[in-house]
Amino acid sequence: MSSIKPYLRLAGLEPLVVRPETNFVNIGERTNVTGSKKFARLIRDNKYEEALSVARQQVESGAQVLDVNMDDALLDGVQAMTTFLNLLQSEPDIARIPIMIDSSKFEIIEAGLKCVQGKCIVNSISMKEGEEKFIQQAIICQSYGAAVIVMAFDEKGQADTKDRKVEICHRAYKILTEQIGFDPQDIIFDPNIFAIATGLEEHNNYGVDFIQATKEIKALMPLTKVSGGVSNLSFSFRGNEHVREAMHSVFLFHAIKAGMDMGIVNAGQLVVYDEIEPTLRDMCEDVILNRNNDNNEATEKLIAFAETVKAKGKEEVKNDAWRNNTVEERLKHALINGITEYIDIDTEEARQKYPKPLEVIEGPLMAGMNVVGDLFGAGKMFLPQVVKSARVMKKSVAWLTPFIEEEKRNNPLAQQGNVPKILLATVKGDVHDIGKNIVGVVLGCNGYDIVDLGVMVPTDKILDTAIKENASIIGLSGLITPSLDEMVHVAHEMKRRGMTQPLLIGGATTSRMHTAVKIAPQYDNGVVHVLDASRSVTVAGSLLSRDQKQDFLDKTRSDYEALAIDFNNRKTSKEYLKLATARANKVKINWEGYVPPAPTFTGTKLFQSVDLSVLREYIDWTPFFIAWELHGKFPQILSDEKVGTEATKLFNDANQLLDTIIKDKWLSAQGVVGFWEAAATGADTVAVKRDGQSLQLEFLRQQIKKAADQPNISLADFVQPSIATTTDHIGAFSVTIKGIEEHIKRLESQHDDYNKIMLQALADRLAEAFAEYLHVKVRKELWGYAADEKLSTEELIKETYTGIRPAPGYPACPDHTEKYKLFDLLGGEEATGIHLTESLAMYPASSVCGWYFSHPQSQYFGVGKIQEDQLVDYATRKGQDLETATRWLRPLLD
Amino acid sequence: MGAIEHKIIEMDIRKELEKRILVIDGAMGTMIQRYKLTEADYRGERFKDWPSDVKGNNDLLCITQPQIIREIHTKYLEAGADILETNTFSSTVIAMADYGMQSLAYELNVAAAQCARQAIDAFVASPAGKGRTAFVAGSLGPLNKTLSLSPDVNNPGFRAVTFDEVVEAYYEQVKGLVDGGSDLLLVETIFDTLNAKAAIYAIKKYFRDTKKPSLPIMISGTITDASGRTLSGQTLEAFYTSVAHAKPISVGLNCALGAKEMRPHIEELSQLASCYVSAYPNAGLPNTMGEYDENPEDTGHYLEEWAKEGWVNIVGGCCGTTPDHIKHIADHVRTIKPRPLPVVENTY
Repeated sequence: MSSIKPYLRLAGLEPLVVRPETNFVNIGERTNVTGSKKFARLIRDNKYEEALSVARQQVESGAQVLDVNMDDALLDGVQAMTTFLNLLQSEPDIARIPIMIDSSKFEIIEAGLKCVQGKCIVNSISMKEGEEKFIQQAIICQSYGAAVIVMAFDEKGQADTKDRKVEICHRAYKILTEQIGFDPQDIIFDPNIFAIATGLEEHNNYGVDFIQATKEIKALMPLTKVSGGVSNLSFSFRGNEHVREAMHSVFLFHAIKAGMDMGIVNAGQLVVYDEIEPTLRDMCEDVILNRNNDNNEATEKLIAFAETVKAKGKEEVKNDAWRNNTVEERLKHALINGITEYIDIDTEEARQKYPKPLEVIEGPLMAGMNVVGDLFGAGKMFLPQVVKSARVMKKSVAWLTPFIEEEKRNNPLAQQGNVPKILLATVKGDVHDIGKNIVGVVLGCNGYDIVDLGVMVPTDKILDTAIKENASIIGLSGLITPSLDEMVHVAHEMKRRGMTQPLLIGGATTSRMHTAVKIAPQYDNGVVHVLDASRSVTVAGSLLSRDQKQDFLDKTRSDYEALAIDFNNRKTSKEYLKLATARANKVKINWEGYVPPAPTFTGTKLFQSVDLSVLREYIDWTPFFIAWELHGKFPQILSDEKVGTEATKLFNDANQLLDTIIKDKWLSAQGVVGFWEAAATGADTVAVKRDGQSLQLEFLRQQIKKAADQPNISLADFVQPSIATTTDHIGAFSVTIKGIEEHIKRLESQHDDYNKIMLQALADRLAEAFAEYLHVKVRKELWGYAADEKLSTEELIKETYTGIRPAPGYPACPDHTEKYKLFDLLGGEEATGIHLTESLAMYPASSVCGWYFSHPQSQYFGVGKIQEDQLVDYATRKGQDLETATRWLRPLLD
Repeated sequence: MGAIEHKIIEMDIRKELEKRILVIDGAMGTMIQRYKLTEADYRGERFKDWPSDVKGNNDLLCITQPQIIREIHTKYLEAGADILETNTFSSTVIAMADYGMQSLAYELNVAAAQCARQAIDAFVASPAGKGRTAFVAGSLGPLNKTLSLSPDVNNPGFRAVTFDEVVEAYYEQVKGLVDGGSDLLLVETIFDTLNAKAAIYAIKKYFRDTKKPSLPIMISGTITDASGRTLSGQTLEAFYTSVAHAKPISVGLNCALGAKEMRPHIEELSQLASCYVSAYPNAGLPNTMGEYDENPEDTGHYLEEWAKEGWVNIVGGCCGTTPDHIKHIADHVRTIKPRPLPVVENTY
């Protein structure tokens, strides 16, 4: 039976679920008239439209909840809150995140609650005017379905010590949950962050009090959340942003560790804890944790340091000679070098210089990206750098977007940019999208407008969107073999609907041959296989050029026709055996006298929360570089003459991100291993015994005519036949890396494709590493047939070990549908944490599974093409009708 | 017998939901159309001098032609419906303004609940209804004015109605529905979640004010098109999160889509919802003539498949469905196990 976890669930137009592993929820603070002078001025001047752009910037810089506060003596708070929130509801890109309605006047809060359809947070209620009022207000919040922030504030005043904070929060908790049935997960405590380092000694422990109170509150009331307004902390350093930002980062570092879940922060302005200069960081740490602070010693030190920073002013700035150039040059420099630091101010400067914001994009930004495109085309820049450039571009465009939209509103007839659109999608049933994301970034860099529909996209949605968006090109991606059929289907549908856009095919499982033989004949208006991201640019360029398009398509078509003819000729030139003959030529294993090793257990064993720092040691880095289109063996690639510098940078970035992933527990690893008694009961059938029941695994056999003495292999050959007197076993495993979604989302909202792709690539590597790690453990301990094995990572990669771990859907056992049995044996979705799509792709995408065979003669191989007789035999064995079997085995047929 | 039976039924719905899939009735408007009523029929004796036209005010028939409404209810009961919706989709002071009949809102709701109640009482006492139980679901419709959207494209901040006005309208409706003998309250065809939140607010307030035990609440949203969102822009999960505080006995989807289009959303909802799940789609999408023409057999097969997948607890039909559709649905899901309630955990 399924279960529902007691997470804090909020909603704007889209849901926000705060899970234990969510880390930290950023609450955007700039839509607050008490905190932002700009916002206050806009509201007072009735410039609500412009005020909305402040909200939009908050969302774009990564705010997950938007705090709205209209507490200003000069404003009618109820009216201002109502007007602003009603307007905000009609902006889907802002309204998608939940709203925090912030006021010290409850009537303003209630006015806000009446405007928002999503589930809000009320900020805040407290017992400062007694229990009765507190209960009354809480019931009202409950009637609107809002979560509440409860301030640690009672009749006696605001709590300052740890004990008072905890005591008040606990009292409020009991009232809320016991008297009025508030859900504990809907309660968020604000235990008060006060200013420290004020010079008054009694303030010195405020940081510690908050952190320790947080820890106790979370231990005492585990489902509740803790929030706080962070900027209070550094109030005494007003005007010195450098020190304030460092203080906030250090404070959050410790408070989050103690259990703080969310905070009102300026998301765009937080420095990375590790990037704070060590002396400043230590000073902040002392002040916040109240260490070495007798007689205000630590405070004095930080104040003295703050003075020097102020005095030095701009001298602090690094090697910034390029900053003296023209704004166009600066934008170009930032794009080529992937520097986001100054992009907002430079963009703003350009915006003011050019007559229209759109011209900034069409002018200096596109000029810069053209240089990037040229350098990439010339092999002088590499993919990781291009992705970083794209990040700069996206940020700049994000800055300009509100202005462009405003202009559109003011002048709806103004001509809009006429950039060709390219629609990208991973086809239905498939979850893999690293390659597609890279293609999207690279094409985006070359000036195309990318509409990315994501993964598992049904044909109708792809084609409907293409029509609606007036896309000039459709690009499909897929990684697993059933996706090939799906692509054929898309092409077929395009023809049926009479579409005209060219269709691009890409992804690891696709090939020029398959495209030529299977997909291209389905659709007449252009099907092109694209090998990798860098080729996609020239292909898109040719297809969108009026002069080149027809020539290009004609040439492609004649190439493909030649390929298809060649394919059909070659097909007949190979010789295949009858299935019976192939079976007679099976792998010769002398089972007599062979004692199969027994595993240490039968049934399954779960491996939960495996330490990622251990798995890290097992990473095979070469495929990681291939994902980034840097080709070469690791570690030699790091010193490669051509790509070495970039490869090293990429490798360092990857390791840095990996550090964060491990330290902040972004991802978690879950695996299952199982062993069962097994015997070969037919030529290609292995019977597995589970709980007294027998389950048949069906395998396929090579049918191509082999050289003399070479066997026609089937995996069933590696399991002891049932006539033997001893007992053999088979094993299975699955591993998955979980938790990537929210980080991907966050990185997307920050326009950070670089780290997004990096994270996906690393998750894939970790899954593979996990599989390698488990296989070692199986050989040495769990099955234990190679207890003395000592292999280096390099030898592991070369597969010099004994026994194999082939995966259903891959060359040795290419039928994906056997995965159902594998997952059933391992305990299904619940045990494995993996969901199988209708095409048998595994979700999360970073997952690996496979069978374990222990026999020393077992080896990896590819089944290759099979003949009609084996297809019929296999379908019969599996109890499938011929059509179903044909569909799943199509890549092996004809 | 009515009153006592009523109390027992109230307590029984949860038990029934544990045991089996319940069937909710089909379209009321489609059935009323078959009677080809005239302006005079709608007016009846009482409103013969009403200053404006009232033809089309289907809810009014609960007062002027109650025997017709009862007859339609009875047909659905005979077809196998376990839950009857009251004919009160527009019985609020806000929606009745179209006919100048604001002052009738309370009375309409009482009359409508009584029609359904009487139909059930008569059916259960008849040979055909032997051993059957059925429930009256007081229906709160979506209103013709909406709280999250501006009717004026040039002024997106404008609202045609306030939250307080909507709460007041629903409060009166709830009062009428309860007084008329409803067993459940059904907030349905929600295309703007804020309207639904006002309805929930009104229901909670009504039971707080009157200190009566609260009736079970059913919630049914409407996904308007292939975008998978409500008209007011929320995703399904956001919608569910925003109404979960009603602590509904069921949450589900109805209207706008046929079963074919609704399927993925019901699948998603069945995984999200901690309460029971309901689904009553239209009889397909309207054809070029604006008519619903999905065969009862087809609707039945779709819902049977959902039931087999273990997605649903309450099924039925919306626009275009008839007693024939409901009969096919009821026959197809009768023996299928209902979706079990998920475990709601209290730790991570």
